Amino acid sequence: MIRFDNVTKRYDGAREALKGVSLHVEAGELAFLTGRSGAGKSTVLKLIALIEHPTRGTVTVDGRNLGKLKDREIPGFRQQIGMVFQDNKLLADRSAYENVALPLIINGTGQREIGRRVRAALDQVGLLDRERYPPRTLSAGEQQRLGIARAIVSRPKVLVADEPTGNLDPDLALEVMALFKRLNEVGTTMLIASHDLHLVEHFGARRITLTGGQVLDVTAAPLTASTGAVSP
Amino acid sequence: MSLSSWLTRHAQNAVGALGTLSRNPVATALTITVIGIALALPAALGVLVQSGRALAGGWADVRDFSVYLAPGIALGRAEALARELRVNPGVESVRVISADIAVTELSKDPGFAGALLALEANPLPHTLVVRPLVSMDSAALEKLGAEVQKANGVDLVKLDLEWAKRLSAVLDFLRRLGLITGGLLIAAVVVVVGNTIRLDIQNRSAEIEVAKLLGATDAFVRRPFLYLGLWYGLLGGLVAMLILLIGLWALGGSIARLAGLYGSNFELGGATGSSLLAVLAGGVLAGWGGAWTAVARHLAAIQPKIA
Repeated sequence: MIRFDNVTKRYDGAREALKGVSLHVEAGELAFLTGRSGAGKSTVLKLIALIEHPTRGTVTVDGRNLGKLKDREIPGFRQQIGMVFQDNKLLADRSAYENVALPLIINGTGQREIGRRVRAALDQVGLLDRERYPPRTLSAGEQQRLGIARAIVSRPKVLVADEPTGNLDPDLALEVMALFKRLNEVGTTMLIASHDLHLVEHFGARRITLTGGQVLDVTAAPLTASTGAVSP
Repeated sequence: MSLSSWLTRHAQNAVGALGTLSRNPVATALTITVIGIALALPAALGVLVQSGRALAGGWADVRDFSVYLAPGIALGRAEALARELRVNPGVESVRVISADIAVTELSKDPGFAGALLALEANPLPHTLVVRPLVSMDSAALEKLGAEVQKANGVDLVKLDLEWAKRLSAVLDFLRRLGLITGGLLIAAVVVVVGNTIRLDIQNRSAEIEVAKLLGATDAFVRRPFLYLGLWYGLLGGLVAMLILLIGLWALGGSIARLAGLYGSNFELGGATGSSLLAVLAGGVLAGWGGAWTAVARHLAAIQPKIA
C-alpha cells in the first residue's frame, strides 16, 4: 500500500533528510515510524502527503507513483488519504461538526450524507455530544480525537499520523492509540510517526526505526497484526 | 459531482461570503461606500455627457447656415434647391425664406425700416436656411457648404464653422474625460476590492492551508473569495446607483434654474434603466476582477505544511 524505493530527500541548501530510504507498509497493516527528532519521520509523511517531493527515488501509495501525479491530480490524491497532525490543524472558528465535515464538503459529498457520516465519525471517537462545540472548548485529548474523526470521515484506505500523541498525557495517549488500533482492525492501512517507544511497544505493531535519514531497523510484524510483510 | 451538489456548493459559497461581510459591518460599509463613490463618479459624468448631447441638439440653430441665391433667381429655383438639399443624408431640414418675406421681416426692425422705404426695389435675395444633423463634424459641414456653393443660382453660402468646431470639441473632450475617468475609477475599484480580498486571504491563511492539506482544489479555495468580490462589487454598484439618483434629484432643479437665467432650457438628464444597469454590471465585473487578481496573486503562496 505504501512503498518507498531508495528515496532521498534533500531540502534546499540543507543536509539530506532522507538517504536512500526503502520501506513498505502492506494494505491493512498498522506500522509505526519511530526515531529521534530529526531522524526523517516527518519527511516520510510529507512525501506521502505530497507536501514535498523526493530528490531521488520513488514513492508509491495505493499503486500510484506519486512522482508521476500531475499538479491537478494532487488534491484528488490527498482526498483519498487521511492525515492526523500533532497540532491537529483544527479550524478554531468552526464547530466540531464543521471541522469533521470539511473533507466531505471538499470532495463534494451531498448534505444528507455529510450529516450521516460526520455523526458516525464523531460517535466513533466518542465526541457525538460535542458536535456543536468549537475546538477551543474541548480538552487536548478531545481535540486530538476530533482530528482523527476528520481524518477517517471520508473512509480513507490509508491514514498517516504525525506524532498524534505528542501533546497528550500517557492515559490520553493510550486512549488515542487504542482508537487507531480499532480503526486498523476494520481494514485501514496506517503509518504512525511517534518518538514514544514505550507507547509503540505497548501495541506490538511493526516498527520502522529511522536515524539520520536512514532506516536503522525494522521489527517483525506481530502475529496479531492483520497482515504485515516485513521490509525492507 | 452532481449538478445539485455543484449548485448547492455555489449557493453555500455565495451565502457564506455574504455572512463574512455581515460579520464585519463597519469595514464592509466603508469598503462598499468607497466602491460606490468610485462607480458613481464616471456614471455621473456619463449623465453629464448625455445631457450635453441633448444640449447640443438644442443648440442646433448655431450650426444653421444660410444660402443666399443670386439676385434675380426665381423663387421656384430656390424651392427646387431646397428639395435637393432635403434628400442629402447630412441635412436635417431646409427652410426657404423668400425675398418678400425677408424684406417684410427686415422692415420690422426700426433701424432698417427707413432705409428700405428709400429703395425702389427689394434688394434682398431668396435665402435657404439649412440645418445640418448634429452628428456632422466640422469637416463634413465644410464639405456640404462647398457643395451647396457650387449649385446653380447660389451666390453665397454663409457658414459659421467656428461654433460647430467648438461644440464638437467640447463634446469630444467630455466623452474622452468620461472614458479616462471611468477607466481610472474602475481600476481603483479593482484595487480596493483586490486589497480587501488580499487581507481576507491573509486572515484565513490557516483555513486555506488546512483545506489544501485535505485535498481542496484551487477552484474550491478560490470560490468563496470570488463571491466576496462579487458581493462587494454588487453592493458598491447599488450604493453608486443610490448616489447617482440622489445627486441627480438634488442638483437637477438648481441646474435647470441656473440654465434658465442664461436663456437655456438645459436640464440634467435622468439616469436611464440601462445606465443604472451598466453601473451595477460595472461594479460586479470590477469586484469580481479585483477578487480574481488578489486570489491569483496570493493563494498560490499558501501551501500546506506539516511542522
